[in-house]
Amino acid sequence: MLILTCPCCGVTAEETEFHAGGEAHLKRFGPGSSEDEFHDYLFARENPKGVHFERWRHANGCGKWFLAARDTVTLEVYGTYPAQTHEPPQDIKDRISARHPGWTWREFA
Amino acid sequence: MSEPTSPLAGAKYEGFAGVVAMGLQGMISLRGDLGAEALGKAVKAVTGVDVPAPRRIAMKGETGAAWMSPDELLLLVPYADVATALERLHEMLAGTHFLAVDVSDARAMFSVDGQGVREIVAKLMPVDMRRQAFGEGDFRRTRMAQIPAALWMPQPDRVQIICFRSVAEYAFNLLKGAAAPGGEVGHLS
Ligand SMILES: [Zn+2]
Repeated sequence: MLILTCPCCGVTAEETEFHAGGEAHLKRFGPGSSEDEFHDYLFARENPKGVHFERWRHANGCGKWFLAARDTVTLEVYGTYPAQTHEPPQDIKDRISARHPGWTWREFA
Repeated sequence: MSEPTSPLAGAKYEGFAGVVAMGLQGMISLRGDLGAEALGKAVKAVTGVDVPAPRRIAMKGETGAAWMSPDELLLLVPYADVATALERLHEMLAGTHFLAVDVSDARAMFSVDGQGVREIVAKLMPVDMRRQAFGEGDFRRTRMAQIPAALWMPQPDRVQIICFRSVAEYAFNLLKGAAAPGGEVGHLS
């Protein structure tokens, strides 16, 4: 079972109290971008076996969006952090590195 | 004009705990900067309590305030006092960024009384209901089976639950099922 702690209200609950919102840290390509960039922005998603970064919403709770770093295999959660964050916080990256030395995910490592 | 009435007005069920569909309850959804002095004063004026800490509820007699999210409170006042309370809020918060709305008729409230109320909640909601994890003054928004719900324990062995009015019957039936005689688990006391 996936257990998440919402960084907005502090509640720790299993995943049915939340709603998954897809991949985190997407960079928007809109007007002025190339077709390839726009295509990738719309459709190209990471689908890793292991470290992953996602958006979640505390749907049956405080209602806020947040980001989560977790392992898609073990369901270990490396940390949750505010939606207004452009890059995973260092302490979360360190926790991932302890488990998966040399990990990468898009431009993060 | 028709008289306001609560959903399932006063419906009761006696299982190993008693379930009651409570009467009309005044509820005001208040959004704004919960740390702002003006908001704190307005909440105090209307409810008599300070802005509660995250995941907490503060009650004083029939009035109180529950923490809903980092920018939202649910104010509880007697049903008849909602209009006056709203007026007061709008007066005291004029010029600040806030939203205060009467949601009384959009909600339903239930009480569950008796030994084993913690078990009844635990059957229906993904909430740690051990005494050391959830106690008096705690307030939790979660889901009850398939619907959003919020709960608190005004006293030991009593739970109060708020949900949307449109799903009141579903909520009542859930609670009835969880409180049915023979359904005692005896794990949480
Ligand atoms: Zn939350």
